[in-house]
Amino acid sequence: MSDTDRVLPEHPPVTDWVHDFDHTDPRWTENPFPIWDELRAVSPVVHTDRFLGCYLPTTYEAVKQIAYDTEHFSSRRVVVRDERPEVQRNAAPPITSDPPEHKPAKQLLLPPFTPDAMKKLEPRVRAICNELIDEFIAAGRCDAAARYAKYIPVRAIAHMLGIPESDSDLFIHWIHQILELGIKDERQLKQAVEEMTAYFAGHIEARKAKPTDDLISTLMQAKDKTGQPLDDSHVLGSLRLLLIAGIDTTWSAIGSSLWHLARTPADRERLVREPGLMPTAVEELLRAYSPVTMAREVMKETSIAGCPIKAGKMVLLSFPAANRDPAVFPDADKVVIDRKENRHAAFGLGIHRCVGSNLARMEMTVALEEWLKRIPEFRLDPAGKVTWSEGTVRGPRQLPVLFGKQA
Amino acid sequence: MGKLKIHVDQDKCQGHARCKSLAPELFELDEFGNAHEVGDGTVPEGLEDKAWLAQTNCPEIAIEVTEE
Repeated sequence: MSDTDRVLPEHPPVTDWVHDFDHTDPRWTENPFPIWDELRAVSPVVHTDRFLGCYLPTTYEAVKQIAYDTEHFSSRRVVVRDERPEVQRNAAPPITSDPPEHKPAKQLLLPPFTPDAMKKLEPRVRAICNELIDEFIAAGRCDAAARYAKYIPVRAIAHMLGIPESDSDLFIHWIHQILELGIKDERQLKQAVEEMTAYFAGHIEARKAKPTDDLISTLMQAKDKTGQPLDDSHVLGSLRLLLIAGIDTTWSAIGSSLWHLARTPADRERLVREPGLMPTAVEELLRAYSPVTMAREVMKETSIAGCPIKAGKMVLLSFPAANRDPAVFPDADKVVIDRKENRHAAFGLGIHRCVGSNLARMEMTVALEEWLKRIPEFRLDPAGKVTWSEGTVRGPRQLPVLFGKQA
Repeated sequence: MGKLKIHVDQDKCQGHARCKSLAPELFELDEFGNAHEVGDGTVPEGLEDKAWLAQTNCPEIAIEVTEE
């Protein structure tokens, strides 16, 4: 542990959201929606001195402008933290890449994630959902986040990568260290990244001796634009990205969807009665409960929606806040499961559109379909407590529900 | 009212694939998952609503619908 590996002090509570917001504050974690509404009413972009200086665009238009502007805003840092350690080359390409390196790095990953490729994976995901439901259905209750939503994406991405699904708890532990604990604790972040890198390096070595047909092999066999294989640091960075990005994002989206359905009987009953509504319902749940907020680093001074933006600061690029902007979405605070026009930005906008969006949509659809087939009636357990993740991926971490009609 | 014609701006498309899912008759995806219009983009009769739906759901505003 070096001198810089510090556990940072807890943040003081926020008293002025407009000038001193903090996305790690318990109030934001619990319910950020009224906070975003308050901020949006004041300005399209707000600023806090916390995190060494950070902006938050609050409108769809401001989010979009920043997402498209790769000249002033870099992706080399994608998490807003209390410190700015040295930038690592090939941290997690292409999400951490800027043009011109971004496009070739992303194109390597696009073919395995097309809708057609996801159709081939779908039967395995359906089986995973049913294996999980088998484990708890007889009890008449479960924690729908911890026992169901959490394990679907991790097993699916493990299946795609060709690593054991039985290592799921290890992967979940790393993600927790990187995306939640790592915001304030450099040591946990580094430890998880090192362990993850060593894990994948072992799998790469094994495939050199005995090639397989999976995503790790696909990356190992990929050539860059000069016809050379990718260097090991690039392969390892992309594998870290796929594991990190593939897990708690969709876990959160499935969990939020089940949370909504547990407390909204009308929507739940309608989806059971009209399963054809599932595609629009999934889009609407993605809009209303978008799990992912990304970050950018300001490289050059500019202005967004009339607000001056200074170099050296970070931007919390909140796609969830954009998706709640009433200027773009009528009744933005309502979940309308048959909403027709839904240009939501849950998977980002511009060149960094989530490479796994087709996978996430398929997983959400299958997870909700299989759950509703077997557990059409469920509700929040009044004796339990729903808790939400901290950090920049939002979703329930505990979601206790009871099955069956209310007695 | 004339026929509708659709066109996907290749510089704007980022492969969200919303159009393909809403109007599979009108859009195709390439090996990277990026969309383009089927044929010359002329919308067959009866599919006009799907063309507008795809246009109003594209997050990148990459789909142009014109009336001939």
